[in-house]
Amino acid sequence: MEKVHQSITHHLADHAAIWEILREVVDPEIPVLTVVDMGIIRDVVQRENGIEVSITPTYTGCPAMEMIGEEIKSALTRKGYSNITIKTVLAPTWTTDWISDEAKEKLRQYGIAPPEHSTADKNSLLGKPKIVKCPQCKSEHTEMISHFGSTACKALWKCLDCKEPFDYFKCI
Amino acid sequence: MSQNKNTALLDFVTRLGDNSLIAGHRLSEWSSNGPFLEEDIGMINIALDFIGQSRILLTYAGVVEGKERTEDDFAYFRNHEEFKNALLLEQPNGDFAVSTAKQFYYSVFNFLLYSELQKSKDETLAGFAAKALKEVTYHLRHSSEWVLRLGDGTEESKMRMQKGIDDLWMYTGDLFATTEGDLLLQKEGIIPDVAALKSKWLEMIADVFKRATLTMPDVNAFQQKGSREKKHTEYLSYIVGEMQSIARVYPGAKW
Ligand SMILES: [Zn+2]
Repeated sequence: MEKVHQSITHHLADHAAIWEILREVVDPEIPVLTVVDMGIIRDVVQRENGIEVSITPTYTGCPAMEMIGEEIKSALTRKGYSNITIKTVLAPTWTTDWISDEAKEKLRQYGIAPPEHSTADKNSLLGKPKIVKCPQCKSEHTEMISHFGSTACKALWKCLDCKEPFDYFKCI
Repeated sequence: MSQNKNTALLDFVTRLGDNSLIAGHRLSEWSSNGPFLEEDIGMINIALDFIGQSRILLTYAGVVEGKERTEDDFAYFRNHEEFKNALLLEQPNGDFAVSTAKQFYYSVFNFLLYSELQKSKDETLAGFAAKALKEVTYHLRHSSEWVLRLGDGTEESKMRMQKGIDDLWMYTGDLFATTEGDLLLQKEGIIPDVAALKSKWLEMIADVFKRATLTMPDVNAFQQKGSREKKHTEYLSYIVGEMQSIARVYPGAKW
């Protein structure tokens, strides 16, 4: 019994250690956020012969997903883990609602306006978006230039006060 | 799963995968040719979503088929006669209004199809549809806004937008064509009744055309069919040839 208990404790500690390592893997396109901040990591399963990390794409065509898989593998390998497999899962569907408030603040400081509202709000996809604040000067006097931007997850906006263009993280 | 059902599922999944692949490849021809930089980037973003969707679908087609064919085998090593995409999607881009019309017709179709398909009893299709629905809803918003802007714009933009919707009209019916295999899948709750989506589709496009002060095409006009019988327009073989040339000349090439 003692032995089993020790093994479980050890297992849990190891699990926490793996998550700690994943918290250091950054998104290659938005290097201020980690893959955990983004909500991309869906599950970590430890098996006798290795670790399986489940990830979910932000967009089906996101070209960063393969790189993210490789970065996760190499981060874990560097810490001595082996036989790491990456599994892509589609359900439940990734949503910007999974980006934490803390991560949203990091985005703002980086110069990307974070998603402003929950996707439960129908306006997030259809109809007018809510006010998007300029990440530079905090002005609410902004307008959209294009629905699309430099990566699949962003739209292009501009500030009418400080005149700077900025990326807005689309709500999906 | 019975043999018939498996064949029907393979056919359906390949059809959707080919729709996305050809739509994405065709749209990518706008790269560096867009009317202005932001729209150029916009079209390429949409093309990327389609390519991503087709990768998931064609990978799944390989799983359903069970012969270890990969997404690349489906995309690059089938002959054009084997492609199952709807006729609308292989049509040339034309001017920006024609491309907008095509994108709009297809977005409304995708929006309605994936809204239903996300309830599929097939877990992979349901998960895929829920994911893709978010993307195509965004595409729908984008293309609707362009139809409104061009239709209710200048005399020139209105004339071109009207021509775009009229010229492609005869290819839209083919989107809704079904097969006997589809009936089998419908009964099992795997796919929705695709033909039945058409009335809602007509309603949605009529609403946007009205707001854009455009004339709705004649719903009883002749419709070109053929993709379900492997009959395509002449444009398919050219786009497939171009898309496959590198993979065929350098088999196993990585890029
Ligand atoms: Zn500003």
